[in-house]
Amino acid sequence: MSLLHSYVKVRARERGRALPRATVRHIHLAEAPMVFVPLRLAGEAAAPLAAMVGTDPLHPTLLVVPQPRNRDLRFQFLADLGAVLLPYIDRISRQVETVEAKTPFDRCLDAPQIVVPSAGGVEFTAKLGRSSRFRRTTGPYAVEPAVPMLGRWLTFLAEQSEFAGSSLMVAMTDLLTAHWVTGQSAPEDGDLAALLGWIDPPDGMTGPEAAALADDPLTPPAGPDTHPEFDRQELQKAIEHYDVTGSTDQVEQALHGQLRPTWDRMWQAIGLLAALKESPGATARWERDRVHVAMHRAWIDGGGLPQGKRDSAVAAAKRLARLEAAQQSFEATRAFDDPLVMAEYRADGVAFAGEVVAVDLTRRIVPPGGKREVPRPLVTIETSDPVRLGRGKKVRSPSRPRQSATITAISEKIITVQIDDGMGRGAQPAEGSVPGVGTVICYTELDPGESRRAPLPPREETPWTHGGPPPEYVPTDDDAMEPWS
Amino acid sequence: MNRLDGIRGGTPGQDHNARSIAALAANPACDRRAILDAAAIDKPLLMKRLRFDDRWGQSPFAIQRNQQFTDLVKANGAAHLLRLLRELLDLPIEEAGYVNLEDVGGHEGHLARHGHTRRVIKQTAEGLGRATILDRPLLRLDVAGAQVYLEPDVIAFQLGGMFHIVAIKSFAILDDQADTPKVSAAAREAAVYVHALRDVVGRDLVSHDVILVCPKDFTNAPTATTVDVRHQLVTLARQLSRLTRIDALLDRLPEGFSLDLETLSSGEIEAAVAAIPARYAPQCLSACELSHLCRKEAHLNEQVDALGRIVRDDLGGIESVTTALRVATPGEPVADDQAEIAERLRHVARIYDEAVA
Ligand code: SF4
Repeated sequence: MSLLHSYVKVRARERGRALPRATVRHIHLAEAPMVFVPLRLAGEAAAPLAAMVGTDPLHPTLLVVPQPRNRDLRFQFLADLGAVLLPYIDRISRQVETVEAKTPFDRCLDAPQIVVPSAGGVEFTAKLGRSSRFRRTTGPYAVEPAVPMLGRWLTFLAEQSEFAGSSLMVAMTDLLTAHWVTGQSAPEDGDLAALLGWIDPPDGMTGPEAAALADDPLTPPAGPDTHPEFDRQELQKAIEHYDVTGSTDQVEQALHGQLRPTWDRMWQAIGLLAALKESPGATARWERDRVHVAMHRAWIDGGGLPQGKRDSAVAAAKRLARLEAAQQSFEATRAFDDPLVMAEYRADGVAFAGEVVAVDLTRRIVPPGGKREVPRPLVTIETSDPVRLGRGKKVRSPSRPRQSATITAISEKIITVQIDDGMGRGAQPAEGSVPGVGTVICYTELDPGESRRAPLPPREETPWTHGGPPPEYVPTDDDAMEPWS
Repeated sequence: MNRLDGIRGGTPGQDHNARSIAALAANPACDRRAILDAAAIDKPLLMKRLRFDDRWGQSPFAIQRNQQFTDLVKANGAAHLLRLLRELLDLPIEEAGYVNLEDVGGHEGHLARHGHTRRVIKQTAEGLGRATILDRPLLRLDVAGAQVYLEPDVIAFQLGGMFHIVAIKSFAILDDQADTPKVSAAAREAAVYVHALRDVVGRDLVSHDVILVCPKDFTNAPTATTVDVRHQLVTLARQLSRLTRIDALLDRLPEGFSLDLETLSSGEIEAAVAAIPARYAPQCLSACELSHLCRKEAHLNEQVDALGRIVRDDLGGIESVTTALRVATPGEPVADDQAEIAERLRHVARIYDEAVA
């Protein structure tokens, strides 16, 4: 967050309509995203109640558990969900290309993309994965083969979603708040209906008016939790009806009514995002997503075990480091791809933009530790940004991301940077390799770093799901038979 | 009749419980909530009278699940619980004595039950009797001069050691990890019981570690962990002492102030509520039944607070949306103490417009 973000919030409030936070789309949108709106039974850790799922906005598949306390019906639900999701994942993940590199690697041509309404949906998906991936398909408590396989993929997707910028499994409210600023608070933005009301209100309504409808008892929540009143007044009776008659009609009807509005909003939101042009960084991150899917596919096909329950301490530390690296690289890339995102950093003083007012192309120095004189031209920029960077700071510019520079002097409004590389091998900087007088340029301490280069984590950091160290978790018989009450 | 009863009038008061007392701490600076709670105003009823949607109920499924789990833990003389406590507190087997404090020989009244709880607890503390698991105790707490009765799940006593509050909750601990907001809510509630129990036997005999009993993974099997509630105790004590100074808040209300929900019209209720200053912030949405009302009011007043703490802090003291936007506009007059933020806002306004263009 930044002062800019706070200011835009205030402005959105006054205007009664959300304002843009990005000029491009910072996630990849798959050609056929799989929308998944799950509901769970109140008071239970991971008892599925229903889901609306599919890739066709007009023809969602509705899955329900007519008696959510019945364990067999829960596994039937998971098998049914697997029947929708697994063919989708299989079809996409089985088309693989080999990328030529020093060590050639596989990459899927496309990747599955699961879109859920909110962060709660991702969390619930992870729990569904945990409750099903250790199940056995033979012996006591056998389940359909689709169940453990679905569990492994759901676990994989939910894990990937923790990495900033991954587009494999995304929460719609997160996507929308990354691209628009509403005039309501963050917890309110967590409600898909209210958030969408601010961004794209129905004709003739203001944002706050549309958002207020989200609090109306007639607007069902986007899940995974249902409204307690719905449970009391409709669901309980519908389940009793099923218990008595064995007919799922009432349960289906009630849950359809709760899910369909959210389903429609999900596609409305996808339409809004699709209208934005995709950023180069998003495309690059999607390439990495496709590599990860190929690795997981290969792991499963090679007979690898399901993901463990908890990481070992070493694995957890490594994972944390990877999460942080992904976060840093994502933030920097986003700013490099989008002047509106960069503006937030300028407001906070870690980036600045302005016009080049002087250039010293002839300057040559002996760099510390060096022997020969090399060109180190100076570029002086006038800015009105409140810069908080100091002398000696390494900076980069989105318009020349491969060139690094160092701040050598800084005073009110005037900043001089020394260009450190990317000028060719000659005694003088190559033509055009140094920004000229009159150019408007932005410099920042942010560094997209790794994401521009390696498409893969180094071998020793390979997540264990992909065959790297540390030792694998071996599921026991107990895991397979773990009761699910 | 004291002043607080006078405000509530003939309408029955809303009983406090540990959850509502714990919720007092969510917005400690709000006079409105302090007065309404001290006067035991039925806040859900108030909202209903003003035609706001009630979202505060609990799902029947959640209630059932919680009941089932609690029954399971307490079944057969709390057999499950004894086993868990032995592991957790090193309770020797022979010292496991279960006592149901609800049996008071026909005197079902709160006062009688509470008296019985006190007696047994004091005896136990003095080393008399063999009670180690005290089921269905009834504690009492003074909230703004009113006696509130509280019913913790269980109190466990380790001989030669200390009393522990046991909280039985039906949210799962999955692979040794639980949902943080749920654990925090349970800790805040348990702190209320610890506080009340310390009133009976003194500070030193009641542990600040409460015992949380939850289902393990996807099963019904209970598992136990301890949760340190020292922090919650401090917050609670501060909040309770604030309520005892409620007189100062009441002095600022008009003479004859009433919030009698049964006799006032909805317009009068609205005006009465509006007369007590509020401190709406988005955190209220998950902590206070009045939040939708206060939110509406805050937005009508164009309060920056309603947009969240970050926005409020960023705008450094500017309270209204209109002021913030005026100050951000070049050429508008600015007060001295707002000169700095004005300059920064003008800068962000300009770079935002440039970037969007
Ligand atoms: S919702 Fe209103 S009454 Fe309740 S704490 Fe917030 S401001 Fe105070």
